[in-house]
Amino acid sequence: MELNFTPDEEAFRAEVRTFLAEKLPRHIVDKVNSGKRLTKQDHEEFHAILNARGWLASHWPEQYGGPGWSVVQRYIFDYESALAGAPRIVPFGVSMLGPVLIKYGTEAQKAHYLPRILDGSDWWCQGYSEPGSGSDLASLRTSAVRDGDAYVVNGQKTWTTLGQHADMIFCLVRTDPKAKKQEGISFLLIDMKSPGIEVRPIITLDGEHEVNEVFFTDVRVPVANLVGEENKGWTYAKYLLTYERTNIAGVGGSIAALDWLRQIAGKQKKSGRPLTEDPFFAARLARIEIDLDNMKTTNLRVLAAAAHGAPAGPESSMLKVRGTEIRQEISSLTRRALGPYAQPFVSEALDAEHNGESIGPDYAAPVAAEYFNNRKLSIFGGSNEIQRTIIAGALGL
Amino acid sequence: MNFEPTDDRRMLGDSLNRYLGDRWGFEAWKRVAASDAGHDPAIWAGLVELGAVGALFTEESGGFAGGAFDIHAVFHALGRNLVVEPFLGTLLAGRVLAAEGGHETMLASMIDGSEIVTAAFYEPQGRYDIADVTTRAVRDGEGWVLDGAKSVVPSLGLAGTVLVSARIDGDATATDGIGLFLVPSDAAGVEIRDYGLIDGGRGGDLTLRGVRLDAGSRVGGAAHAAIEDAVAAGIVALAAEAVGAMGFCRDATLDYLRTRVQFGMPIGKFQALQHRMATLAIEIEQASSAAINAAAALDQPRHARERAISAAKFTIGRVGALVAEESIHLHGGIGMTWELPLPHYAKRLIMIDHMLGDEDHHLGRYIALGAAA
Ligand SMILES: Cc1cc2nc3c(=O)[nH]c(=O)nc-3n(C[C@H](O)[C@H](O)[C@H](O)COP(=O)(O)OP(=O)(O)OC[C@H]3O[C@@H](n4cnc5c(N)ncnc54)[C@H](O)[C@@H]3O)c2cc1C
Repeated sequence: MELNFTPDEEAFRAEVRTFLAEKLPRHIVDKVNSGKRLTKQDHEEFHAILNARGWLASHWPEQYGGPGWSVVQRYIFDYESALAGAPRIVPFGVSMLGPVLIKYGTEAQKAHYLPRILDGSDWWCQGYSEPGSGSDLASLRTSAVRDGDAYVVNGQKTWTTLGQHADMIFCLVRTDPKAKKQEGISFLLIDMKSPGIEVRPIITLDGEHEVNEVFFTDVRVPVANLVGEENKGWTYAKYLLTYERTNIAGVGGSIAALDWLRQIAGKQKKSGRPLTEDPFFAARLARIEIDLDNMKTTNLRVLAAAAHGAPAGPESSMLKVRGTEIRQEISSLTRRALGPYAQPFVSEALDAEHNGESIGPDYAAPVAAEYFNNRKLSIFGGSNEIQRTIIAGALGL
Repeated sequence: MNFEPTDDRRMLGDSLNRYLGDRWGFEAWKRVAASDAGHDPAIWAGLVELGAVGALFTEESGGFAGGAFDIHAVFHALGRNLVVEPFLGTLLAGRVLAAEGGHETMLASMIDGSEIVTAAFYEPQGRYDIADVTTRAVRDGEGWVLDGAKSVVPSLGLAGTVLVSARIDGDATATDGIGLFLVPSDAAGVEIRDYGLIDGGRGGDLTLRGVRLDAGSRVGGAAHAAIEDAVAAGIVALAAEAVGAMGFCRDATLDYLRTRVQFGMPIGKFQALQHRMATLAIEIEQASSAAINAAAALDQPRHARERAISAAKFTIGRVGALVAEESIHLHGGIGMTWELPLPHYAKRLIMIDHMLGDEDHHLGRYIALGAAA
């Protein structure tokens, strides 16, 4: 049993740290560390910095512009990035579509889209969910009907994260309404500027605009934008959904969040002493530290198995369930730590330009909103019930 | 044994629910919660007219009821309907004025709705401890001078007068040496920072700098016991409000489980969700019992009362978080949206834990009171 990284991996970690220390812009780190809103430009700037070093698409093969890292290196990179206060890489183009195109796309699609993902020419969003098709994704109804050299798309997608910024959307559409539900689905790439597309914001419970509805009315999509074969889209979608094993647990992000929680709890006072010395709060903090430490090793065990070529099993589901529960618990504890000052909420205080005096401690502003926003973690990306069903199935039940 | 409300209380609850059903709904909530006042004078006046404030106080203090289960009935309806009007501050301040006497005119205008008074018992460094008072009250001839800061005062921006706790002598956290003062919000040296709360209500921070008050502004004598009693009544109220909000969350979630279809059937057919819903139903009953225990104990001797009060607030905090998180989760993505009432009830449930002492505060207090028995 050897829980430590090899000397080479440690050297890699040092290289990543140095890079982040030198290249991560202060204004972005400050926003991430203080829970301020990131703009589209912030995300683009961060992607461009990674891309300049060849580190944006950490899991793409080298021939397409990936760095050729092992799973362990990818884990180290994600982990160190989170600790350094980097934003998460916007996943839709880089992490979701990229691997699908690399595996199933035509040469022309790869040559056109992959470089545009890397250089930021195209901002992608994900058009899977529909109002009637969430967990039961395969029941989706948005239709695409062949008409000459185009598909004509009609229907509605929803929960489209950051669709308001997007140039392109990858969609699951129904091309064969008569086939069994998984078998009539195709994977289409659609230009968001196409006539007939309308994007409407959905405001979330914390007042943020992060998700959207996307309506399609007779939208013409060139047949060349079909990925793989017609009616095989479900296979590609499943590939995409099970692809991510390295960062699905978000261990680095949780460690950074726990760090922040510890700092806050150290500054908050209860009966004149730091909250970290309160036995009730200390017990809550200890429990989550223990869970997270265990999760870190669970994650590394999964990576080690993957590095030795083990086929993907239900591990990513395990990491998703427990990783998101841990993250939710950390944001719940951070909210608790604030005491009465969890209540005030001034939305403008989350803008970087805001320079009004803080209400209560200066770290308080984003905490409750972030707690509520993080309720999404157990819902999206395959809800935790859907993940448990996958695990139970793998257990032979 | 009889757990049925009296006819009077049932009628009060029914009439509030009917009125709010007709005149106050989610559209109104959205409008008021987003406004700078965070308050709808017409709804407040309507509720006052129906006796929602009078019911909080006894006949001898100018109300018409004033029992713990009257407070319970009013706040249950407020919780069920997600009302954001200044009831809690009114109860906290009015309870003290009623108990201490000497301010009948002010209490009367609170009860008839013409004046809004709130209570400022907590300070930034004190978290949820009512004895942690560093605001100073210093004698100034016949009168007083106050200096200090109070945190997250409910409905502060609406109040014409604030009942403020201040230290006359003793150490910063001593229960002795605290006095209560009525501070006009427009007095010289009073600074009010009014802000919105994440659950749609309003609160504010109060700063006092050399605020001169006349002798008549002092309320009662040694104040700790009066504040503790007012907070106990406030917890009876918040517990009832929470139970009302939990009932809404339960009904909305049940309805959604019955109607949302995935995989060809209502999601409520999935046993994994049935069991979670069943757990919620059990825990909401537990919370309801805790709220009843607290109301039943409000007129008991201090020790019994305070244990039941802390037990209730602990329970409400624990179950409130469970109900809020589960009912959002069981709704899936739609549970995350502003356009649905449910998540706003969930936010209110969570924020109730941040008022008048949270789960951990009251668990600790419950243990300490047990050890002192
Ligand atoms: C903030 C946010 C961002 C999102 N971003 C995107 C995006 O960019 N693109 C995109 O395509 N989608 C996105 N989604 C959608 C997300 O994938 C769906 O919300 C998710 O699949 C759940 O679907 P649903 O919301 O329809 O809930 P439902 O499927 O209706 O589920 C409701 C509840 O029932 C449970 N449930 C459902 N079926 C079962 C079962 N068989 N057994 C037990 N329990 C079950 C669920 O776990 C959940 O608790 C996003 C969602 C959110 C909240």
